[in-house]
Amino acid sequence: MAKNILLVGVGGQGTILASKILSLGLTTANYDVKMSEIHGMSQRGGSVTSHIRFDKDKVYSPVVELGDADIIVAFEKMEALRYLDYLKKDGKVVVNDYEIPGMPITSGVCDYPKGIIEEIKAHRDVIVVDATAEANKLGNAKITNMILLGTLIGKMKLTDIDWDTIIAQNVKPQFVELNKKALRRGIELAE
Amino acid sequence: MAQKVLLTGNEAIARGVFEAGVRFASAYPGTPSTEILENIAEYKEIIAEWAPNEKVALETAFGAAIAGARAFASMKHVGLNVAADPFFTIAYTGANAGLVIVTADEPGQHSSQNEQDNRNYARSAKVPMLEPSDSAECKDMVKYAFVLSEQYQCPVLIRLTTRVCHSKSLVQLEDRHEVPLVPYVKDSRRYVDVPANAKIRRLEVEKHLDAFKAFSDETELNFIDDNKSDIGVITSGMCYNYSKEVFANTANYLKIGFTYPLPMGKIKEFCSKLKKVYVIEENDEYIEDAVKMLGYGNICYGKYAPDGQRFLPFNGELTADEIRKSVTGQGCALPQYDKTKIVARPPALCAGCPHRGLFYQLSKRKNVVISGDIGCYTLAFAAPYNAMDFNSCMGASISSGHGAQKIFDQNADNQKRIVSVLGDSTFFHSGMTSLLNVVYNKGNNITVILDNRITGMTGHQQNPGTGFTAQNEPTDAVDIEGLVKAIGITNIKVIDPNDLTAVNDALDWAINNKEASVIITRYPCVLKKFSQLDKTQFPEAFKQKCAVDQNKCIGCKACLKCGCPAISVTDKKASINAEMCVGCTVCKQICPVKAID
Repeated sequence: MAKNILLVGVGGQGTILASKILSLGLTTANYDVKMSEIHGMSQRGGSVTSHIRFDKDKVYSPVVELGDADIIVAFEKMEALRYLDYLKKDGKVVVNDYEIPGMPITSGVCDYPKGIIEEIKAHRDVIVVDATAEANKLGNAKITNMILLGTLIGKMKLTDIDWDTIIAQNVKPQFVELNKKALRRGIELAE
Repeated sequence: MAQKVLLTGNEAIARGVFEAGVRFASAYPGTPSTEILENIAEYKEIIAEWAPNEKVALETAFGAAIAGARAFASMKHVGLNVAADPFFTIAYTGANAGLVIVTADEPGQHSSQNEQDNRNYARSAKVPMLEPSDSAECKDMVKYAFVLSEQYQCPVLIRLTTRVCHSKSLVQLEDRHEVPLVPYVKDSRRYVDVPANAKIRRLEVEKHLDAFKAFSDETELNFIDDNKSDIGVITSGMCYNYSKEVFANTANYLKIGFTYPLPMGKIKEFCSKLKKVYVIEENDEYIEDAVKMLGYGNICYGKYAPDGQRFLPFNGELTADEIRKSVTGQGCALPQYDKTKIVARPPALCAGCPHRGLFYQLSKRKNVVISGDIGCYTLAFAAPYNAMDFNSCMGASISSGHGAQKIFDQNADNQKRIVSVLGDSTFFHSGMTSLLNVVYNKGNNITVILDNRITGMTGHQQNPGTGFTAQNEPTDAVDIEGLVKAIGITNIKVIDPNDLTAVNDALDWAINNKEASVIITRYPCVLKKFSQLDKTQFPEAFKQKCAVDQNKCIGCKACLKCGCPAISVTDKKASINAEMCVGCTVCKQICPVKAID
């Protein structure tokens, strides 16, 4: 059976790079991999998702079905709830404890919802990671994505893959070490 | 070369174009097809061009193929509407060398104004069509399409959908196969489409279509996967993958990769052994109609069941979920959680977007009717601006605005003025002819050209106004004022859209003018990588930040009316997200108590 992963967040949070590194890493471990994203209007501060499916056998659909994700990694808290329908009954949600208010919230139409993590906990298994704070500790909020990817890798037991090489091939040279460090920190947080 | 790499469908098409020895490619950007030409442009062996519109893209590719080179054009689904004129006639003439066209359809309308099914174009124009279902097939089929195009002397259409374009799967790379130029020989009987010649070509089309009908039944592109079931699935494109997820080995499959002309013999042979056949396809009932025509309507479940009731969804993407729901009659059990905790994230103009100042000022005006166009600025239809009345397709802001103004003006007391808004790239695409129409037919439209120095919405492609080609060579940048003047407009103003007073003055000037006028709002897109010219012309752009003096702020929320995502109000005080703000100063000019600096 294929393993199904969903990365969700807000445009600009680095889900695309994270899903790229994840899917490239999986191909080096001889998995068949399919990945799907929708680009276009959603980039402008909208909600974004990357679907990743992999298996030792052939994978057909690049899209995760409702109720079929083994793990959802939410780069933003509210996005975890938005895509909860995709999670398996015994699936896990990794949530970055970080809020990005959308336009209706910043313009005062409504408040950022409270009690999101409690709401998810009532239904599914949740792992809360303070990834943006951890990224800031390492010196750059932009590597939040690598910390969350690290946690995902830890939880999915994919640590045997040579992630350092994949990062080195896909990140600007001056940021390679920082990204590697962030990934390792994320793996530690999964333990 | 035995390397397998993970590519999107768009990247795989580009790779296939490269490996097929193509020498010329042209396109106009449009989601979900844009990245095809962007990737082709990386290959120095190919001349890759952004055309001002899809019609020009196809015509230039056609010319290159007449001159003897393998040539290629790509566009989004509505782009083929623009290119339909050459498409239908090129179908008759074919070309000297291979000519392949990609249309990228959008079931689900992620970034499009309609959900048209361009497989109908293949049938209508009598152009053979291929439909890949993953990236490996994208590459293989584009290469094979060139072989077919040359063998049968006709253009070949490849139909993609968003999921094929934007999903990644493994592809085996191969080397480029250099194809020598076919020597050019004048053949006006073929290429000059006067009726006397075109009538003869019409017969040729029917001859090769007959050959393609036989080919469709023989080719491995259309294959049967027999799982000894009495239930069958007929499908094409991405739906093949979804079907495999739903039915696995419990059904027989007829997977159609060559979808025009359809393999009628194979469909018949496949259906004859079944008790039930599901036709799984996105958009229209294209294959389903053929199954019914062959007399299998009584066992066919597609968009309709045999009793005439609707079966599969007629719109949106046909994901495995949707297929499963229709087939089993029930969806999967979902958790019942509090959905009121989910707030929408509507797309918004970016912080620092140079369209903001114009739409803020337009939103305050009464008696303006705003005729919109296709681009980032279409987002001005939404709150807080609500600054768009109608919008249909590329370039229509000026022409539809002209028609509306003519009728409004029939009322002697009319106060309504049309303001047509469109971007630089959209103006080059098809706004120029609409503006010519305004001048010729004595219209009095106000046209605002939002010149942000790039093609924005599709992710920053060069255009005739930017000074660079698709392959990043410096080129002449068109002078929009000169162009507008040459069309016959005498009332022209160029303004900085971040200067709210200048915007207001220009709108007053245009509204009080009885003649047609053009306002050019010139400021680069905040996300643009600045060229040397941009740096010279806009040396101060995006170098500052605005902040709110919390002591001065009275919490009036006037600044929220500019719709900037960097501004928020909490506990009756406004604040500006310093990471997002680029100092466009629009909010600063709005603040009634000068709390922003």
